[in-house]
Amino acid sequence: MSVPVRKFDAVIVGAGGAGLRAALQLSEAGLKTAVLSKVFPTRSHTVAAQGGISASLGNVQEDKWEWHMYDTVKGSDWLGDQDAIEFMCRQAPEVVVELEHFGMPFDRLENGKIYQRPFGGHMADFGKTPVQRACAAADRTGHAMLHTLYQRNVRANTQFFVEWMALDLIRDADGDVVGVTALEMETGETFILHAKAVLFATGGAGRIYSASTNAFINTGDGLGMTVRAGIPLEDMEFWQFHPTGVAGAGVLITEGVRGEGGILLNANGERFMERYAPNAKDLASRDVVSRAMALEILEGRGCGKEKDHVLLKLDHLGPEIINHRLPGIREIAIKFAGVDPIKDPIPVVPTTHYMMGGIPANYKGEVVAPQGDNPEVRVNGFYAAGECACASVHGANRLGTNSLLDLVVFGKSAGNSMIEYIKTERQDWKPLPANAADVSLARLARLENQTGGEEVADVRNAMQKCVQLRAGVFRNDENLAKGVAEIKAIAERAKRTQIKDKSKVWNTARTEALELDNLIEVAVATLISAEARKESRGAHAQDDYPDRHDDEWMKHTLYDGATRSLSYKPVHTQPLSVEYIAPQKRVY
Amino acid sequence: MKMHFQLYRFNPDVDQKPYMQDYHVELEDSDKKLLDALVRLKAVDDTLSFRRSCREGVCGSDAMNINGKNGLACITDLRDLKQPVKIRPLPGLPVIRDLIVDMTQFFKQYHSIKPYVINDDPPPERERLQSPKDREELDGLYECILCACCSTSCPSFWWNPDKFVGPAGLLAAYRFIADTRDTQVNERLDNLEDPYRLFRCHTIMNCVDVCPKHLNPTKAIGKIKDLMVKRVV
Repeated sequence: MSVPVRKFDAVIVGAGGAGLRAALQLSEAGLKTAVLSKVFPTRSHTVAAQGGISASLGNVQEDKWEWHMYDTVKGSDWLGDQDAIEFMCRQAPEVVVELEHFGMPFDRLENGKIYQRPFGGHMADFGKTPVQRACAAADRTGHAMLHTLYQRNVRANTQFFVEWMALDLIRDADGDVVGVTALEMETGETFILHAKAVLFATGGAGRIYSASTNAFINTGDGLGMTVRAGIPLEDMEFWQFHPTGVAGAGVLITEGVRGEGGILLNANGERFMERYAPNAKDLASRDVVSRAMALEILEGRGCGKEKDHVLLKLDHLGPEIINHRLPGIREIAIKFAGVDPIKDPIPVVPTTHYMMGGIPANYKGEVVAPQGDNPEVRVNGFYAAGECACASVHGANRLGTNSLLDLVVFGKSAGNSMIEYIKTERQDWKPLPANAADVSLARLARLENQTGGEEVADVRNAMQKCVQLRAGVFRNDENLAKGVAEIKAIAERAKRTQIKDKSKVWNTARTEALELDNLIEVAVATLISAEARKESRGAHAQDDYPDRHDDEWMKHTLYDGATRSLSYKPVHTQPLSVEYIAPQKRVY
Repeated sequence: MKMHFQLYRFNPDVDQKPYMQDYHVELEDSDKKLLDALVRLKAVDDTLSFRRSCREGVCGSDAMNINGKNGLACITDLRDLKQPVKIRPLPGLPVIRDLIVDMTQFFKQYHSIKPYVINDDPPPERERLQSPKDREELDGLYECILCACCSTSCPSFWWNPDKFVGPAGLLAAYRFIADTRDTQVNERLDNLEDPYRLFRCHTIMNCVDVCPKHLNPTKAIGKIKDLMVKRVV
């Protein structure tokens, strides 16, 4: 079957913060760029980010990028690559100021500068005292940033393919990336997009869990495509549980609430974080706060009839601060928890929020994979940025507000790398391999012809239950081993999903089935990677191995999808210009 | 709890014309919002098509007409809805399939107001300064999620979707007019100075009534009209 081919200099998959920031670089450089997105760009999940974007602007107190870097390394529990972390923290003030110049409506201080608020793990002077580093637009920073980036792309005449779903990565015989296949959702037609460079900016995959702050669209499509194309995934055992998801609903309540002075209480009305993190208290790193909350609940000090949550109290901030700095939170609390936080505390539980792992990349946004003895050989023509990528700046635990920063720093960096690559190394298109669309067409044909299979929703539910139960805040050998066996069985079921809807136009049953293929790859990678890591580090809290073991485990996991096997590669300990930050005990 | 829904159905691949389909669905206690019910319905009938993403009222995907009024399914309480719950696509835009409408015209109008800060002065090394008071002028404007609830509830937009910018686009127009960092106020007013683009607003105020973010496009439109008058006198 012949599939229509369209040619572009660059193809970007995903139109959230990273995809849009990269698109701006490429469009403004005059390259013919296609940006594909499953949803209209401003519906991407960047829109839901609330609290802020970090940069050592020092608008409120003295701040330095070196301190931001230290906090990020410490937050990562020494799994982050220090060259990438230095790159991100040094770039932060510049890219944030750039967003302001683009028109982003940041809140302001009296002197007219960008408002900055305290956040978890943001400290001055190498971890000593809290510092206000999170640049905020009320509690809608992600919305303000995403809309601004979209608007700037409208100005730059970026070409969008809205409601197109990328299906598979196309590599040639050399292993170089030459394009993607994609499905136009409105018509149901499949296309080949032939490109000199491809960027994945496809976001997270929180929907492998049953309780998550993530949107429906966060199905790890970029990761699924990467694994199917024979490129491994990095550090997939590390998932961040955000301390404050609305109990029962999963909707996010920003850490900015605690930044503004909110506190967590257990059933005894005790501010329990004082026991777990005497210095930073409620503003300790997210993994630390989530574990403390989970322990309070496990030990019977949870609140409510079922003793299954804790309370986030902020009424003492007063209506003015709440309405001015946290209006979106008030709205969410009223709508999803049925409480008005001006009067009553919000019931919250740790909720899956962010994927620290992803497609292995470097700080230039280039995707790197092992070849022979070299663990990091560039995959020519392939780039990744944002949550889908593992640069790795977040290591084993991400600091709040470093995600929005990651999007713009590495979106821009990847865009620049692509421009350079297209201008110097791939001035012409490499030929498409014969039958470049075969993998995708086979997937579509399988769905079309499947009989006697299972419903997509049933298999997805089984997967979510398994991951939720087996790879939660606290993990152990027995649970993880069971999880690996279960998820492998569920992956077999996913090969036989069946849809009733066979029509072409806007067939969401088909897109959900295709998304499940990607989710399953991520879920299997998560459990296999988690089961193997016999230590506790950052978000991976393993009860049978409660300590961090740097000698053996300060290394990145690489999961190979074809063999479902693991290999490891060293952490980049050498920053670009400053001294190595040696591992220390991590206390807040 | 069992609930009765009537959903607008149309699949151009198989249907000659649209029809309303009845669904009776058993809901769990955890199903709080209309979107929860639609997701449950889709698990039973996978041919049902609708857009959804964030499920918390910030992405603007799941705007639809709910018992005659536009709103977002994800923040609409199920238990407040009169049965049978009648769900239709947003009015005034072409239906592609079921609850999915073609939003091209809506976005075309949004794009037509040049929705980006224009300032050709060379940017300073640091941020452009803006006082908290000047920044407050943007509150109630920048929060728009482009769901189209407002424009598709506006009779003026139904009649002239190609000529009238509509409440969402005009709210955005004023967001940039009001931004002290933008230097193109006059050009922006010129861009709206015609019998249709701005002046088709007859202050019917459906937009204010339906906005899920509690924004007030009519007020913004009034402020643009004031500026138009001011620059003439």
